[in-house]
Amino acid sequence: MGQILLQVDDLHTQFFTSRGVVRAVDGVSLHIDAGETLGIVGESGCGKTITALSILRLVPDPGRITAGKIMFRGRDVTKFDDDEIRDFRGNDVAMIFQDPMTSLNPVTKVGFQIEEAMTAHNRFSASLAKTRVVELLKRVRVPAAESRVKDYPHQFSGGMRQRAMIAMGLANEPSLLIADEPTTALDVTVQAQIIQLMKQLNRELGTAMMLITHNMALVASLCQRVVVMYAGRIVEEGPVEQIFKSPQHPYTWSLLRSVPRVDEARKDRLVSIHGLPPDLTNPPPGCKFHPRCPFVIDRCKIDEPGLSEVAANQVARCWVLMRNVKDEDVAAAKASALSLDAAKKLKAEAPPEVGTVAGG
Amino acid sequence: MQAAEKAPATAVKADPVLLRVKNAYKHFPISGFGGLAVRAVDGVDLEIRRGETLGLVGESGCGKSTLARLITALLPVTTGKVVFDGQDITTLKGRRLRRIRRKMQMIFQDPFASLDPRMTVGDILQEPLDNFSIGSVRDRRRRVQELLRLVGLNPNFTNRYPHEFSGGQRQRIGIARALAVNPSFIVCDEAVSALDVSIQAQIINLLQDLQNEFQLTYLFIAHDLAVVRHLSDRIAVMYLGKVVETAGRNDIYERPQHPYTKALLSSIPVPDPAVERERAPIALKGEIPSPVNPPSGCRFHPRCPIARAPGVCSEQEPPLEPHGARDQVAACHFAGQF
Repeated sequence: MGQILLQVDDLHTQFFTSRGVVRAVDGVSLHIDAGETLGIVGESGCGKTITALSILRLVPDPGRITAGKIMFRGRDVTKFDDDEIRDFRGNDVAMIFQDPMTSLNPVTKVGFQIEEAMTAHNRFSASLAKTRVVELLKRVRVPAAESRVKDYPHQFSGGMRQRAMIAMGLANEPSLLIADEPTTALDVTVQAQIIQLMKQLNRELGTAMMLITHNMALVASLCQRVVVMYAGRIVEEGPVEQIFKSPQHPYTWSLLRSVPRVDEARKDRLVSIHGLPPDLTNPPPGCKFHPRCPFVIDRCKIDEPGLSEVAANQVARCWVLMRNVKDEDVAAAKASALSLDAAKKLKAEAPPEVGTVAGG
Repeated sequence: MQAAEKAPATAVKADPVLLRVKNAYKHFPISGFGGLAVRAVDGVDLEIRRGETLGLVGESGCGKSTLARLITALLPVTTGKVVFDGQDITTLKGRRLRRIRRKMQMIFQDPFASLDPRMTVGDILQEPLDNFSIGSVRDRRRRVQELLRLVGLNPNFTNRYPHEFSGGQRQRIGIARALAVNPSFIVCDEAVSALDVSIQAQIINLLQDLQNEFQLTYLFIAHDLAVVRHLSDRIAVMYLGKVVETAGRNDIYERPQHPYTKALLSSIPVPDPAVERERAPIALKGEIPSPVNPPSGCRFHPRCPIARAPGVCSEQEPPLEPHGARDQVAACHFAGQF
């Protein structure tokens, strides 16, 4: 603990499309300590998955890392040659994906696929790899592991497949496991089992984890530190407790209030964020969030704020910060919603001739 | 309550229950397997009251979507009854079925797959009006614009195609289409599950506004229990083709009577690290058994933490009976005893 495992410095990953350059990752800097669990949250298209793929140098065409450094144990991943990067993937950093159905090969046995992950890296001898497969499946709590190694992926349920994927990720004892939406495709009770498993593995093996998700609850459950991304940039970062208790960036604040909680009896409205995330070929000037921000001031529209320290270990990219927002503005932001206005407007001018409203 | 079935049309107005499912079964035969069938819905009793939102939850394969299709008469029942507004819709055909269909509409999960990519938004929204010959052509055009405004879209978008819209906007179009014929009952089948969180909040708020505005009754099907609790008045929990518990949204969370409900609720993470540190999810053994050959007795007994098996739980199927709070029913031999 405390020792920096991975340090990403001012990473830029861009996609060169016919519509223009998409700045998918636009100057991201982050680090992960050994044994730590880091959450990266944000909505679709905010660049969280591309950040992870950049770390593994797996950015799909037409994307390219255009600038930045990725230091893993003091070596720059962006400068690795083919052999080095091959060694790095799987051995040092492994990744598991959202959909366990499509990431396993349907025509080879599950046991063989895990074994292959080991023999490919020559970490273990062929015979040792065979016995390790059963051991790994037991470690991820696949029941009857001895016989299940001979099964094909279709004979596994969704939860079991995700366990097998995790086993494969852990096969070469990597020091960092990147999990991209690992439970999104699973049912809630199965999701709970997988979360439990990931917690245990992090504790037992000391594997650092980078969890990429849109689910704030998952971050609260699994992570020690969280990075919030919006439009290719980090907008807030800090310890999980602090971010959840006093988020300073309006985007983090809105994100936390836009999800209902199962343990709360309230029935007031959710805070919805107006509009849509920006087009990354043509992002807005100033703060990228300003067109959707309920607390926008004039400066936000022209001048982009930098990440500045707002509390111990907590940084945010905002001119305003939630602690400076007046209570009445917060109340107004909570109450406002596009749809309500639309409904009211309609009520005022609706011609009631089309059919009758049933039910009363 | 039992008398409602044969009540005359004039008495229907007073009936607080809009839709009643009575002992409904839907078995899908597996051809070539001599009488074997997927028992997707296997004896369901359910009530949906006027103006309420009934949340229907359960894991994949529990039969919730099949039940929704039985309720909207999109699938015929194997046996059982679905009584909507005093009328058994399982026996209706032709024009009388169409008349009922106008009152019940559906919003689907995938806003990409549920809109025809070759139709303009105007055509998509006008189609239901054309189908039911509502108003003159000019009325319909005006209604389309009004619908777009109602769901928070620009009324001048009628000539655009679905691909020009984002996921959230498409879902708004799906909602507008459902509202076009002025239904009284809307089934939302995972209507917000495919959306990003901030967009999901917009759609949830919109659904609530529309319900208040038009006194709609919703059947809200989802696997996200937090969203269901936020939107619903009452919640029904399904497991392997059966409803195992129904209760008010706060009762079911505070005093679940069925062990499956309790386990389901305990497995949902909460966006609060302090709560998360304390939360102890009840780990269920294994996964949902096959609906082709459900377990004997109580279907939940092989995974149940309190089951007495072999014993009463593996031998007798528990009936859905009142337990716990008022208006709460559960199907468990040891309801509330954990």
